[in-house]
Amino acid sequence: MRLDRHALRRAASGATVALLALAVGCAPQPEEKASGSTSATGAGSCAKGALATRTSGRLTIATDQPAYEPWFKDDEPAGGKGFESAVAYAVAERLGYGKDAVVWQSVPFNKAYAPGEKTFDFDINQVSISAERRRAVDFSSGYYDVRQAVIALKGSRAAEAKSIADLKDVTLGAQVGSTSLDYITDVVKPKRQPAAFAKNDQAKSALKNGQVDAVVTDLPTAFYITAAEVTDAKIVGQFEHQGGTPEQFGLVLDKGSALTPCVSSAVDALRKDGTLARLEQQWLSDAVDAPVLT
Amino acid sequence: MTFTEREPAGSPDAGGTADGAAGDDTYVPSERRIARERHRRGRARRATAVAALSTLVTGVVLYLIVVHAPGWPRTRETFFDAGYAREALPKVLDGLWLNLRLLLVCGIAVLVLGMLIAVARTLRGPVFFPLRVLATAYTDFFRGLPLIITLMIVVLGVPALRLQGVTVDPVLLGGTALTLTYSAYVAEVFRAGIESVHPSQRAAARSLGLTHRQALRHVVLPQAVRRQVPPLLNDLVSLQKDTGLVSIGGAVDAVRAADIIAGRSLNYTPYIVAGLAFVALTIPMTRFTDWVTARMDRRRAQGGNL
Repeated sequence: MRLDRHALRRAASGATVALLALAVGCAPQPEEKASGSTSATGAGSCAKGALATRTSGRLTIATDQPAYEPWFKDDEPAGGKGFESAVAYAVAERLGYGKDAVVWQSVPFNKAYAPGEKTFDFDINQVSISAERRRAVDFSSGYYDVRQAVIALKGSRAAEAKSIADLKDVTLGAQVGSTSLDYITDVVKPKRQPAAFAKNDQAKSALKNGQVDAVVTDLPTAFYITAAEVTDAKIVGQFEHQGGTPEQFGLVLDKGSALTPCVSSAVDALRKDGTLARLEQQWLSDAVDAPVLT
Repeated sequence: MTFTEREPAGSPDAGGTADGAAGDDTYVPSERRIARERHRRGRARRATAVAALSTLVTGVVLYLIVVHAPGWPRTRETFFDAGYAREALPKVLDGLWLNLRLLLVCGIAVLVLGMLIAVARTLRGPVFFPLRVLATAYTDFFRGLPLIITLMIVVLGVPALRLQGVTVDPVLLGGTALTLTYSAYVAEVFRAGIESVHPSQRAAARSLGLTHRQALRHVVLPQAVRRQVPPLLNDLVSLQKDTGLVSIGGAVDAVRAADIIAGRSLNYTPYIVAGLAFVALTIPMTRFTDWVTARMDRRRAQGGNL
């Protein structure tokens, strides 16, 4: 009886140890593998079509879902229509990946910067480059200079604002995780706590419902919202760049990705040969004259 | 309800050693009893030591597994950055204040509404048929409808109706949506409790001359509610976490406050801070209810546990 119990217990503790050992054995995942093999390829070689991508021979590009206009037309990243879709394909082309070698993937914004192995080669999702964000991910060179804009319902008090000071008393809203929200807290410094929405869609309906007086987004999005989605809203104005380097959207890559220099030089080349300007003209031409709020 | 009070439940060993004829002399435990108690204490100490050791070993092993994982330095930087934790804490606490107020107000509303619905569902008599049907439909509908959709409809949909005199405040609307959903859950908990009280209790109450309502009020509900405390607490904790979903309308609660910092810095530490804040709220709540339950059980168990 007694012996039995001892034996049982010994067996149990043996099993526990075995389980733990198993856990130890299983736990480490070879994250090094990716960076190791890519560093062997050398950062300097950006041989066309032969980059150390996730799937060799293919370029995996990620963006959030739904993908909004005017960045992606009809929520269809693979369509090649819309500014970011066009830029993504132009970058891919530069890197030596034709249209059929590009694979799209849907990755939510707040998952794109999770540590550990990435499932995409780069992410294009209107992500503004900042020094702070560089601590978590790699950015390519900027492919678009961003300006932030305020939209409000026509005839409302917020719509009459002529300066930033006029916006201090209104309830402002923006999408969380966006630099738009930073513009509200850092530039406008409103008296009321700004509303932070998970998606621009919710910000739009809050604007329609009068739950917020005005919404801040980047200028092209603001144009699209006022032209197509909330037609009784208007652009109140845009903000000037706040000192230093202008705000730019960049492609997001894994921290320390071997692809970063190649992708960056591809973007630089596109800027140099006027492709970016042409695509901007084609897809974002509306976003030109909105009064500047000072 | 209680049994007649005999001696307090005495030492657990009393039955074994009490040699009935001890008379009025002071009680002297027998040699055998002393030895047995010593043995038991020894066993208890040994058990505690083994448990402590095994916990320690498990903890160390888990720690080593995590720390020696090849991705640990980046994980630590992304999830456990002291700088971001310090930055996030005051903002998260500000947001948590909103969660707490919502919990308090919605919690009370949910308990009241849930109880009313449960009672409505258990009413007998043909007169109450429409009330029963309504209450049943209510629980079926709101328990089935995903909370996030209820919130969308109430927070974003109701203001779209442009009704005069109806608030557009996302917090008030969000609180309403939470109350709708949670009172449906809680009503079911109450109903299960009411129906778990043995029919003989009701019959006894009625035979004493209590009306149906008095029987419910004085006999059935007190017993039902006592049994409901743990599941009700469960729902309350769940409600506490779900209060954050009012952020769908733009309100900044603890989690959304963390979102804001995480979105700017691309660092997840603020989420850990917010998560710990919620856990810190839940634990005292659980201990408090455990204490209340234990006290009620003691009172009920007077006369000894069998």
